[in-house]
Amino acid sequence: MRNILTIAGKEIRSYFGSPMAYVVTAVFLVICGYFFAASLSGAFPEATIRGFLFPSAFVLMLLTPLLTMRLFAEEAKMGTLELLLTAPVQDYQVVLGKFLSALTILAVMVALTGYYAVILFIYGNPDAGPLLSGYLGIFLLGAGFLAVGVFASSMTSNQIVAAVLTFGILLLLWVVNSAGGLFSGMPQEIVDYLSPPNHFRDFAFGVIDTKDVVYFLSMAAAFLLFTVQSVSARRWR
Amino acid sequence: MIEARNLTKYYGDFLAIEDVSFKVGKGQIVGFLGPNGSGKTTTMRILTGFMPPSSGTAKVAEHDILDESLEARRKVGYLPETVPLYMDMTVRAYLEFQGNLRGMTRTHLRKRLDDVVDICKLGDYRDTIIGKLSKGFRQRVGIGQAILHEPDVLILDEPTIGIDPRQVVETRQLIKGLGKEHTLLLSTHILPEVSMVCEQVIVINDGRIVAVDKPENLSARLRGSEQVRLDVRGPSKDVLTRLRSVKGVREVTWAPGSGDRNGYTIEAQPGLDLREELARLVVNSGWGLQGLQTGGLSLEEIFLKLTTKEEL
Repeated sequence: MRNILTIAGKEIRSYFGSPMAYVVTAVFLVICGYFFAASLSGAFPEATIRGFLFPSAFVLMLLTPLLTMRLFAEEAKMGTLELLLTAPVQDYQVVLGKFLSALTILAVMVALTGYYAVILFIYGNPDAGPLLSGYLGIFLLGAGFLAVGVFASSMTSNQIVAAVLTFGILLLLWVVNSAGGLFSGMPQEIVDYLSPPNHFRDFAFGVIDTKDVVYFLSMAAAFLLFTVQSVSARRWR
Repeated sequence: MIEARNLTKYYGDFLAIEDVSFKVGKGQIVGFLGPNGSGKTTTMRILTGFMPPSSGTAKVAEHDILDESLEARRKVGYLPETVPLYMDMTVRAYLEFQGNLRGMTRTHLRKRLDDVVDICKLGDYRDTIIGKLSKGFRQRVGIGQAILHEPDVLILDEPTIGIDPRQVVETRQLIKGLGKEHTLLLSTHILPEVSMVCEQVIVINDGRIVAVDKPENLSARLRGSEQVRLDVRGPSKDVLTRLRSVKGVREVTWAPGSGDRNGYTIEAQPGLDLREELARLVVNSGWGLQGLQTGGLSLEEIFLKLTTKEEL
């Protein structure tokens, strides 16, 4: 555990030592704030965060590749990975440490939108349930996306390639069920299941479905497992 | 302290090192000498646990690098060829990170941090961002992280490459000093460096160890000899006696083949080309000459590929 925290701590400091974390967070907040404001400006505004939740999921798909692209790719390029992998640390600890650091940045980003809830409580009478489930949903979705990004970063020593690869995987998952006419019946059900937005929707309406939680958790777990494999495979190449 | 046994490593089809075996005793400073691309880095990467060998194994500080990888890694300090530094960290933060990774306690780390800063003369640069340091200082930070956790074994890959001459001299003195407390394996492709720093030299070329000796003995062997390899069908005893009787032959060794077909390695006096004479001898004796070739690279030729002078 100590090793994981050591690595996570170093990565978090590195995030805040470069403009990357600030820029990504700022862009996220501007776009989410825009949609949140818009959702409250209609004739009959609802006291919910739904107006920002759906766009935020899409924005996260665009931004998480930027958060994760450097995690392994940069170390591979700079040669520091050689020292990290010869330190008395297990490969899975390296992977989890790096994932944890990205997860922390995500938590900070999402937490900073917490003032939307405060505004709702001051000027309206929002339902706390959907609010909390919505935040849980966005965090789980982000965690799954970050795991994909960590995996892509471990595959290459080029950060741009890592980002594009992550974006490619996420976008494919996102649209996989909308290839009209290609699938029907059972295959259509499968691709429907694979698509993240389908699992995100219920969270926004206050429903925490185990099926959706399992979906995002297994997405994160699967890609982290792939990452551990890909890091170990580096040794055997 | 380091014991490599029959290490072989393939990258795909490419054979990087073959059957590399050697020992480094406690407290020795051993130089790993070879031209670029001879397999020095590959061997070191295997010893440090960065990658496993295709076959063979090694023990570092009494721990098997495959079965007890973590224990072995804990006892090794390693400076890879491309000095692995995080450019956005301060010297202190970097060393603390490396210390924590190696499981050092807070008090031990604090004490060693001062020691290392002292040993590597980093005093004024403790809180400087590494990216702003000169190459020589970066090298010192790299050595600093390697000795930080007081490892039994230090492995330094080309520690004096790419820094200016004055810093090279300082770095060598630093390394020599380290030899008092650590078992040290360092690689280089600069011949004089070996005699300045090392007590023992392992010469490697094309992935094979070609000589293990003291630096002063190596220069004697530098005068070298010519090698011819023969593949002869015939009674080995007779062949050996006859080959040995040829004028100019210093030594004949043989490797048993199948049946009465054997391989012979003939060491001749330098400057002598005995190929024709040996062929004539074999044929005239009524044996079958199955193959004849000059023996690989002589030590001398390998040294020619090395940097034999300081680059100034």
